[in-house]
Amino acid sequence: MATTTEPGKTGAIHNIGYRRYDGPRLGRRDIFLALYGQTLKGTFGIGRGLGAKIFPWLLFGSTVLPAFILVAVQTQIPPGPEGPQLLVEFGAYTVMVQAVPSLFLASQAPQAVSRDLRFHTLPLYFSRPLSYVDYVRARVAGIATGLGILVAAPLLVMYIGALLLEFPIGDMTLKLLAALVSLVFLVAMFTMIGTLIASVTPRRGLGVAAIIAVLSGSYMAATFLQALLGSFVSEPASAWGGLLSPITIYDGIQAFLFGWSPVDAAPSTPAVAPGAAAGLTLLAAAVAITALCYRLLLLRYRKVSRS
Amino acid sequence: MSTISIQGLTKRYPRVTALEGLSVEVPEGVCGLVGANGAGKSTLIKILLGLTPATSGTATVLGDDIHTAATAIRRNIGYMPEHDCLPPDASAAEFVMHLARMSGLPVDAARQRTADTLRHVGMYEERYRPMGGYSTGMKQRVKLAQALVHDPRMVFLDEPTNGLDPTGRDEMLDLIRKVHTRFGISVLVTSHLLGELERTSDHVVVIDGGRLLRSESTGNLTSQTHTLVLEVLDPAGGTDATETARKALAERDLSPRASGDLLYVPVTGPDTFDLIRDTVSAQGLGLVRLQRDRHRIAEIFGEPAAREGSAGDGDDH
Repeated sequence: MATTTEPGKTGAIHNIGYRRYDGPRLGRRDIFLALYGQTLKGTFGIGRGLGAKIFPWLLFGSTVLPAFILVAVQTQIPPGPEGPQLLVEFGAYTVMVQAVPSLFLASQAPQAVSRDLRFHTLPLYFSRPLSYVDYVRARVAGIATGLGILVAAPLLVMYIGALLLEFPIGDMTLKLLAALVSLVFLVAMFTMIGTLIASVTPRRGLGVAAIIAVLSGSYMAATFLQALLGSFVSEPASAWGGLLSPITIYDGIQAFLFGWSPVDAAPSTPAVAPGAAAGLTLLAAAVAITALCYRLLLLRYRKVSRS
Repeated sequence: MSTISIQGLTKRYPRVTALEGLSVEVPEGVCGLVGANGAGKSTLIKILLGLTPATSGTATVLGDDIHTAATAIRRNIGYMPEHDCLPPDASAAEFVMHLARMSGLPVDAARQRTADTLRHVGMYEERYRPMGGYSTGMKQRVKLAQALVHDPRMVFLDEPTNGLDPTGRDEMLDLIRKVHTRFGISVLVTSHLLGELERTSDHVVVIDGGRLLRSESTGNLTSQTHTLVLEVLDPAGGTDATETARKALAERDLSPRASGDLLYVPVTGPDTFDLIRDTVSAQGLGLVRLQRDRHRIAEIFGEPAAREGSAGDGDDH
């Protein structure tokens, strides 16, 4: 034991007078906020070692940098006859870089959740005022905020760039708001799916792999099905194929709510906004996926908190 | 005054009964909770913390009911779990600080209390190193520190001496004693070894198979169960020193029992120590060792040990 290797110290170890704590004790809300803050900072490696910072900031750079480049290219393009046109619509950007939020989630959700499970730290949380429900909410909210910052930041860059290039401010602001509202669905689905997977894979590497597999696998399946439906059934029918993946659900919702063309993910997929039935179904699917994963997360932690 | 009051507490899992109609009052001070593995100790602690619901019965901890005021209980309690619970990549300082915040201390207070508490448990420079490199003794100290960091009114320590070598064990027991005498915090400490709790506790509660076996002040309990171990040596090089000593002790109305080179002598009164010393020395033998026996709970309560296999196993997860 290190304390005994220094002669003379062992005898004096416990002789410093103990002081009781009479200061304020914060309530559950503040404890929740503390855990939320720690989770959020953790997703960007703040408060962790240098190694933990590299990957999230690399991803952050790789999603923001293209936005800067787009703005730079935009300056070189003369306005068309119908006025200035955005090279890439705000709403389309996230789908183009969809691998980045997927990787971010896959690396950070296990970091936030799996470690506590793997090293059996959870009893230390649950023996404190915070309930397991608070714990789940704080962790989920922290991951969601981190992910939200990651996907919203490039849109803000593009928005500010557009304003500097004297695009109409009202139009741009509406587009940005629409894109951000749509992103809420994506972030909610992503966070819940990723956290749920991480919560059942105490081994971090496994969690990372599982999240990537689920997100990218489902995206591939969805775009494939969309292409099939678009080619062999009808163009509007292709929207139903989007139900398979959170990314295509988000894309479809965005097209449905705000009348934008879905991103041309597969060359053969026609860009047609989903009809009312498909659009509403996509919306319901987003809500259902989020709610179901949240419910399962709570069940999972209820079990853990009692064992 | 009781810190914990338990009435008819029962906990049934689908296949086992972990607690069966347990009723007991835990007084202030250091209380040992003794039972074989699977006797229901950890289950009891989890119920008292409000982490797992009791099947029936009720309990209050520091006046708060487990059914209605679990959050208040958890605010007043520090808990040191039995198993390993420290992330190896975090340092003790940042980990304990984080848990201080999770107990509701503001940032500055959390930092101050973390520094103080780690010092009280004997963690100095090593507190800034990742915990993965700590010895078992250091890990146990950090676990104790996180239970104390928010200055609780009472701590629940689940098998705090597990995995420690004899020196580490003694240091931990001294530390636990100090938690009450110096810090003024009541302690509920579990162990499957009665011997070590005799030294630390003011009161001992013995449970087996989820039932209360004994609840007595340590003084009462040890006077009934106290046994000394002694080892003798013939300076002349004789080989039957143990047998000679056994006969001599038996003649002095003690009831020694030989086991290998060791003699076990039940303590009958305060003069037993002197009697043993004088008797052995009168035989011209050297007294190499004279110490209290560390009982296994099963040795003292022979009958319950037979039930060990059927007892609830809520502990070992």
